[in-house]
Amino acid sequence: MAETTTYKVIGTRPIRHDGVDKVTGRAIYGADVQMAGLLHGKVLRSPHAHARIRSIDVSRALALPGVKAVMTGADLPPAEDRIINLGEGAVNLKYLSNNILAGDKVLYKGHPVVAVAATSPHLAEEALALIHVDYEVLPPVLDVREAMQDSAPLLHENLKTKSLGQETDKVSNVATHTQFKLGDVEKGFQEADVVIEREFTTATVHQGYIEPHNATAMWNPDGQLTIWESTQGAFTVQRQLAPVLGIAVAQIRVIPAEIGGGFGGKINLYLEPIAAVLSQKTGHPVKVLMNRAEVFESTGPTPGSYIRVKMGATKDGRVTAAQAYMAYEAGGYPGSPIGAGMMCIFSPYDIPNVLIDGFDVVVNKPKTAPYRAPGATNAAFASETVVDELCEKLGLDPLQFRLRNAAKEGTRRPDGPTHPRIGYLETVQAALDSDHYRTPLEGPNVGRGVASGYWFNVGLQSSVSINVNADGSVTLVEGSTDIGGTRASIAMQAAEVLGLKAEEVRPIVADTASVGYNDVTGGSRTTFASGYAAIEAAQDVVRQMTERAARIWKVEPPDVTFADGVFHHNNEADQRLTFQEVAAQLGRTGGPVTGRATVAPRGVGGAFATHIVDLQVDPETGKVTVLRYTAVQDVGKAIHPSYVEGQMQGGAVQGIGWALNEEYFYNNTGAMANASFLDYRMPTSLDLPMIDTILVEVPNPGHPFGVRGVGEVPIVPPVAAIANAIYRATGVRLRHSPMSPGRVMTEVLAKG
Amino acid sequence: MPMKVHVQTRLNGEEVEFLCEPRQSLLEVLRDVLGLTGSKEGCNNGNCGACSVILDGVLVNSCCVLGVETAGREVTTIEGIASPDGLHPLQQKFLEHAALQCGICTPGFIVAAKALLDKNPHPTEHQVRYWLAGNLCRCTGYDKIIRAVLDAAQTTEAKV
Repeated sequence: MAETTTYKVIGTRPIRHDGVDKVTGRAIYGADVQMAGLLHGKVLRSPHAHARIRSIDVSRALALPGVKAVMTGADLPPAEDRIINLGEGAVNLKYLSNNILAGDKVLYKGHPVVAVAATSPHLAEEALALIHVDYEVLPPVLDVREAMQDSAPLLHENLKTKSLGQETDKVSNVATHTQFKLGDVEKGFQEADVVIEREFTTATVHQGYIEPHNATAMWNPDGQLTIWESTQGAFTVQRQLAPVLGIAVAQIRVIPAEIGGGFGGKINLYLEPIAAVLSQKTGHPVKVLMNRAEVFESTGPTPGSYIRVKMGATKDGRVTAAQAYMAYEAGGYPGSPIGAGMMCIFSPYDIPNVLIDGFDVVVNKPKTAPYRAPGATNAAFASETVVDELCEKLGLDPLQFRLRNAAKEGTRRPDGPTHPRIGYLETVQAALDSDHYRTPLEGPNVGRGVASGYWFNVGLQSSVSINVNADGSVTLVEGSTDIGGTRASIAMQAAEVLGLKAEEVRPIVADTASVGYNDVTGGSRTTFASGYAAIEAAQDVVRQMTERAARIWKVEPPDVTFADGVFHHNNEADQRLTFQEVAAQLGRTGGPVTGRATVAPRGVGGAFATHIVDLQVDPETGKVTVLRYTAVQDVGKAIHPSYVEGQMQGGAVQGIGWALNEEYFYNNTGAMANASFLDYRMPTSLDLPMIDTILVEVPNPGHPFGVRGVGEVPIVPPVAAIANAIYRATGVRLRHSPMSPGRVMTEVLAKG
Repeated sequence: MPMKVHVQTRLNGEEVEFLCEPRQSLLEVLRDVLGLTGSKEGCNNGNCGACSVILDGVLVNSCCVLGVETAGREVTTIEGIASPDGLHPLQQKFLEHAALQCGICTPGFIVAAKALLDKNPHPTEHQVRYWLAGNLCRCTGYDKIIRAVLDAAQTTEAKV
């Protein structure tokens, strides 16, 4: 892309500020928090996928020496039936509270029922074994289409379907039915020369962060509550926790530790209220950690789904109409990312006639949580596979087809908004021009597939303050949890404005009492929005420092100009003061300088990715081996290219795992059969080649440096790209993910 | 509560002694008894490698070793990889290659990679991928980790 602006810091690759702590083991993650008098909490979880709780007897557990407190759902205040928005996703308080500790029903295996605090984790585990819960076991429903049947077991007796914005009287497992409509699909399909309609299903998958959930709480007798934990959003925890516990937001201080991955899964509350109430009951700090099985069975996952897509195109390769029916599993409580899936499914294309129906459906699985571009990967698997079939029928190169139909600035999305300046076409062109795509793929049982993906990104709210030190270095105080190098990408933006080196800015992720409000690290918003706040805070520093330089020179601020880290006297060319020289004189010119900014930027700029994959299918086992992978993405402006590449590589590999291995296996009682990293098979280093990246930079006009969120969209194309490549390798279209060896083999054998 | 056992071992080059319950894993002892929280628990059943340590020269998951089993043996954890002179080349290359994102798996990867380079100072890409397959990373897609290890192996002053 044409790049006219010259930056000194942006686009370079400094070592991240928190790097040494993280390569030496010194960084403190949530589970590493230690304090005097600490008690350990453990949670007893439902062994049944669907049951009514008749009674709970904790007396034997309480009698065990070393056990200090026991709590159930009855120890949480009655929760209101009210929706609060958490940035990347919304939550109903009643459902949130009942998901922390069950009310009268358990809705999935792993649903928390009782919590215990004891003097050691092993004692707490022993205590759990002494608790007796009497259940009335109910039949579970685990599949989205079965759950939509009138005959299905009902999870919630009071859940009435909200249909097209209207409340209805229909009690069912369907929480909502929403619809996006553009033009007239019937007319559009009549204009088409080729129409293809296919059905797709996707299995439940987990975010798979390596660090289990954790929370440590200290609830003082004066009502002040402090939480230490790994979370994507300290303020989001604070905001959810206050109504769940029935206390004021200001009573709660959340101190975010380092976080060992989240991908959307560490936004909702799980352990915080439990640790808090156990602390209140005991007068001690209480730490609660999940084990890996609890993470699989009680947190995350992303929805299993059923999607039907119909698309029509003319002989010359113009898409005339597209229709989708999408049903997503929400888990035990409403709130799947169906809306986001609907927003993304056809948005890479300029299609005049679109109809999308989406259904949010409760099933007896853990309540779903956002997972990197939540809902969009399922959607793109369906739409991008149908696009590939259209290309095949029309005899068109799939990338040329995309060039012909690509959404661009001004294209209306089916959900209403028009695209601002986007770089989708540029990613497709870069893919066409890539060495990968231009190199023929040869050999037995090999295939190349491509697919594209869209994620809208979010802006939300961020606050940053910058304190100027006497030597001219600065401390940048931000509130965005750093999951993947955002201390660096935020600090670099401030450094660029201040004319400093990246290393001269010390970024600190502060707690909820030490920085203004910040929404979650999610929605690909952090480098965009907290970076935006850092720029404005740095500009505030420059404005104040300019006043100080003017005071030193006894002139007015407009007589001073700041450029490249130096203040210049506009009327006397030889008069100059470096940033450091002014910083040294702050005490004599009016006191300390702190720059501040709070922002809610709206010009997020959507993100597009186009991926190319070469793979080989073992004809005897159905095992798929990825041979070569290239991820192309419009990144707006890469602040720290290494970490942008890292997002693209990591997202692509999560998508590869989703496509080829990962799924929840359920037995017929609704229990997950593979709740471990041994059996829930995520990609290892041995399963993969290097992941090549092509960074396309179409600056986002909504950000001073052109930043677009980059974190989520790379997980959108891989599943479809792999399905399309498997077709090239085998002649078989797979329409269920994961495309594990058994499924591939079954389809290949069925074809004969 | 079970009686605690007195254990003497050599940890990161120093003689240490500690008391632990027979049922406590080495990972629990390191983290909860000795305060060395650099070794992480990701799964507690030997499938993620976040708790990797070197025991008498052998790479092990410390969640799958009992604390009492280390009596009279030699343990190296992530806290023992750097020297007073500075970072180990592996640590430096992880930083230069941006081979970490969230960082929770990083200590395990560095310990595992050190165990590899101790045995095989010049591994191929495939050998690195094979050796590190017991360490899960969910953020990076492994690309930059593999490059960092290969680069560290190239570094002449690598302490291998």
